[in-house]
Amino acid sequence: MADTVEFELVSPERLLLSRAVEMVVVPGEEGDFGVLPGHAKLISAVRPGVIEVYEGDKVTDRIFVAGGFAEVTAERCTVLAEIAVPVAEIDRGRVEQDLRNLIDELAAAKSDDDRASVASKIAVAEGMLQVVSAAR
Amino acid sequence: MPSLKSLRLRINSVKSTRKITSAMKMVAAAKLRRAQEQAQAARPYAERMERMLGSLSASFAGNEGAPALLAGNGRDKTHLVVAVSSDRGLCGGFNGAIARYVRNKTKRLIAEGKTVKILGVGRKARDMLRRDLAGLIAPGSDELGRVVVFGRAQDAARRVAQMFEAGEVDVVTIVYNRFKSVISQIVTEQQLIPFAPPSADKASGDKAKAGASGADLAIYEYEPDEAEILAKLLPLNLSVQVFRALLESTASEHGARMTAMDNATRNAGDMIDRLTLNYNRTRQAMITKELIEIISGAEAV
Repeated sequence: MADTVEFELVSPERLLLSRAVEMVVVPGEEGDFGVLPGHAKLISAVRPGVIEVYEGDKVTDRIFVAGGFAEVTAERCTVLAEIAVPVAEIDRGRVEQDLRNLIDELAAAKSDDDRASVASKIAVAEGMLQVVSAAR
Repeated sequence: MPSLKSLRLRINSVKSTRKITSAMKMVAAAKLRRAQEQAQAARPYAERMERMLGSLSASFAGNEGAPALLAGNGRDKTHLVVAVSSDRGLCGGFNGAIARYVRNKTKRLIAEGKTVKILGVGRKARDMLRRDLAGLIAPGSDELGRVVVFGRAQDAARRVAQMFEAGEVDVVTIVYNRFKSVISQIVTEQQLIPFAPPSADKASGDKAKAGASGADLAIYEYEPDEAEILAKLLPLNLSVQVFRALLESTASEHGARMTAMDNATRNAGDMIDRLTLNYNRTRQAMITKELIEIISGAEAV
């Protein structure tokens, strides 16, 4: 058996990552899970968090994802993320600014639908901030 | 014979038309590159999504509790056709192809005794279909906007889902121009509800076979559980498929416009050549005529 998994991370806008890696840690809805070669077939929802790609026992990529799904088979691991940003590219100032704007928007939101969509955006922004502060 | 002045005016007007068409071509070319990149970047996501749903639906095959978005509501009476077009014209046969396809499909469905509703995305679809299918167009058809964003696709998908849930429609198909190359766009039809993986289209007729391959796929574990994942995945898939159609359609639109404008520029060039030839000939004829008049006048003296 190959000692790598084909890992793919795609967001609606682009294909972020597609290569063979040793291990991926995915933030699943019910807890993080690591994917090694030969993993049991699994489909899981993904909560906002960080995907860590391991190569040679080291983390080579850290990517923030917000919501989506992961499909795991013995040979590959595909993550469909609604939003995916490499942690290194998160601009703290911008996210904080966005968060402030969103909180204002929440106050101004009229219908329940609007409020729910703004609230989910806030959750994403807060998740991003947490990740950035944890990294430093 | 037209006067010199009117010829000169026409040449000038065709020249400015050519300037406009060639500028539009450049703009379309620039936009095309962006749209094409975006469309191609979105393809993997939509394809993976389809594959994932394909295996999920296989595990639900024959299961009574399958959600309606996946399995349909069991009826086949009212069809909703989502026609994706552009907001603006001047792009060759782009919108015409969509309108023609939708019109034929509508006629066919009505002939089969079904009810048809049309949801136009992009202004042109609505404008073109309003003439003969006005009564069928569902409210809420509207413009595309300048840039395709995921949110726009989500809005459209939500509206489709609402109509489906309210029982207004039973089967939903989307018709759009798939971008093959700059000069070739293919009108493509894709069924959105009930979900039909395109690769499995032919196999679905043969239920037994589909069931056998489904058993192979159905050993996935689900986290949280199947129903919950499906409940989230299905609306998302709808948005993603609409989004993909919009992106493909935008890329196609710019491609079609670029080709159309390229042709228009070339035609204008030909026309200018012809008119200029005509102009020069007329000018020469005038000069000759004047010379003859002078000479014959001089001879008469």
